Amino acid sequence: MLYPDTVESEVLVHKPWFVAVMFAAIFALFLAFDLTGTSMGELMRPVIGEPLESGLYGRFAIAFVIAVLFCLNIVLIGFASLRVQITIVWLELLLLFLAFFKTFNLSLPFMAEKLPFLITQGLFTTIYVSAISIVIASCIAILGAVAKLSTNGFAYAIASFYTSFFRGLPLLMQVYLIYLGLPQLGFIIDAVPAGILALSLCYGAYMTEIFRSGIQSIDRGQWEASRSIGFGFGITMRKIILPQALPVIIPPTGNQFISMLKDSSLVSVIGVWELMFLARTLGQKSFQHMEMLISAAMLYWGVSICLELIQSRIERHYARSKVR
Amino acid sequence: MSEKIIDVRNVSKWYGAFRVLTDVNLTVEKGERIVICGPSGSGKSTLIRCFNRLEAHQEGDIVVNGIPLHDKMRNVGEVRKNVGMVFQHFNLFPHMTVLMNCMVGPMWIKGVSQAEARKTALKFLERVRIPEQADKYPVQLSGGQQQRVAIARSLCMQPAVMLFDEPTSALDPEMVSEVLDTMTGLARDGMTMVCVTHEMAFARAVADRVIFMNAGQIVEQGKPDEFFGNPQHERTKLFLSQILKH
Repeated sequence: MLYPDTVESEVLVHKPWFVAVMFAAIFALFLAFDLTGTSMGELMRPVIGEPLESGLYGRFAIAFVIAVLFCLNIVLIGFASLRVQITIVWLELLLLFLAFFKTFNLSLPFMAEKLPFLITQGLFTTIYVSAISIVIASCIAILGAVAKLSTNGFAYAIASFYTSFFRGLPLLMQVYLIYLGLPQLGFIIDAVPAGILALSLCYGAYMTEIFRSGIQSIDRGQWEASRSIGFGFGITMRKIILPQALPVIIPPTGNQFISMLKDSSLVSVIGVWELMFLARTLGQKSFQHMEMLISAAMLYWGVSICLELIQSRIERHYARSKVR
Repeated sequence: MSEKIIDVRNVSKWYGAFRVLTDVNLTVEKGERIVICGPSGSGKSTLIRCFNRLEAHQEGDIVVNGIPLHDKMRNVGEVRKNVGMVFQHFNLFPHMTVLMNCMVGPMWIKGVSQAEARKTALKFLERVRIPEQADKYPVQLSGGQQQRVAIARSLCMQPAVMLFDEPTSALDPEMVSEVLDTMTGLARDGMTMVCVTHEMAFARAVADRVIFMNAGQIVEQGKPDEFFGNPQHERTKLFLSQILKH
């Protein structure tokens, strides 16, 4: 939440000038497009007669109806409580999306037929590749953060070289470099381990910086108190500093988790049968690309939403010791 | 025959080119209560932070409880076990309850059992008179209460000497006395104490010796009566006139 100002202000969407401006803008926008040939025109048939012959009158009527509905909708939502507002807007946006997908004339039976395999093979691979990578990346990140904060020249140099290199190259290139480059050195590496390695190294580099800034955000006094009791570096880090840094670290790390889930699609280029790979190949035979891409998109989104929920739950958990 | 707890000989310290401590000599004997005062920037906090090596000195020797302080990590750990420190900003661990704050030291350093640590913690929380707050988190307490918990946390390690670094400077006026009362109680029980503080009434009542520092040097020291009644040095007179004016 932003800082809630206690000065009462009128609801913006209930001010007449705002509604008028909004109405004019929407009306002008839809007047600019000829919607008489769409399903909107079909819906308006009772009013405007044969849509394709209605001409300017049809365009005018359609734009007017849309603008009225839109403004009415916004004004009504303005009356609801915060929670209801959020729910309604979410549902409306979702409905618009579904309407958008409907225009593709997707073959639902085809989707239903391929979906089980998409989930058991594709989604499963995606999730386990990203899960293993995120665990390894977190371990790298803690080590990297400590190294970057240390006064040891070697440790700092290695860590900063590592973060600079892996943050500086495109992830796709890292995937290729590891899969095609390591065999040159004599390590023959399978596609899945190569993908996991590339993802871990790349995300470890980003998360190193997140962990470093989290650790640095803790007051010096905590170090001093811990060291003056006699705790060594290890205990201070594990029991005093990291637990306090976690609430700072978790939001950006949740971001990285979600980002990792989707970037795992890059390992499809080396032939790992994960979600993206299957989405492209399954649709290819019958030229039903859109069906598979949209199914995969929904699966990615669904898992991301789960991760978002987990993140907000963890954040709430850590907010407890801050409550007065 | 008294026993030296802290022995400081010819200690100097630099921050880069700036000399914070110049040739400081000081001995603290067992059971002695020492108050260090002086204008800000005079090096008094730096000096007591050298006693448990939160700061490193560059010249001279510091021997704490018979253990010389130098770069060897092993010695530093040994010294810190025997030296309790209370900070201006309390520095309690905010993610632990008050009780846990007091238990972790004995448990993780001395390997004391949880039940034993709990007993010790409650004993010392009782002594600083807030046993009923044991299960709260530090943010739920007032400043004065937090500082008393910080004192209890240090006492749980059963140190040979307690260092206080301006323990009342960050407190509301009303809460100063509850912390000073706790410290006076400690002094009565014979705890060896070194306090950096501006509470002159406390110094007068409790201290065996008052030390005045200016520009990194010990300018003057003496028993409270002599120190406040008949200061010798010009700088001391000026400082006392400033601080006792109101």
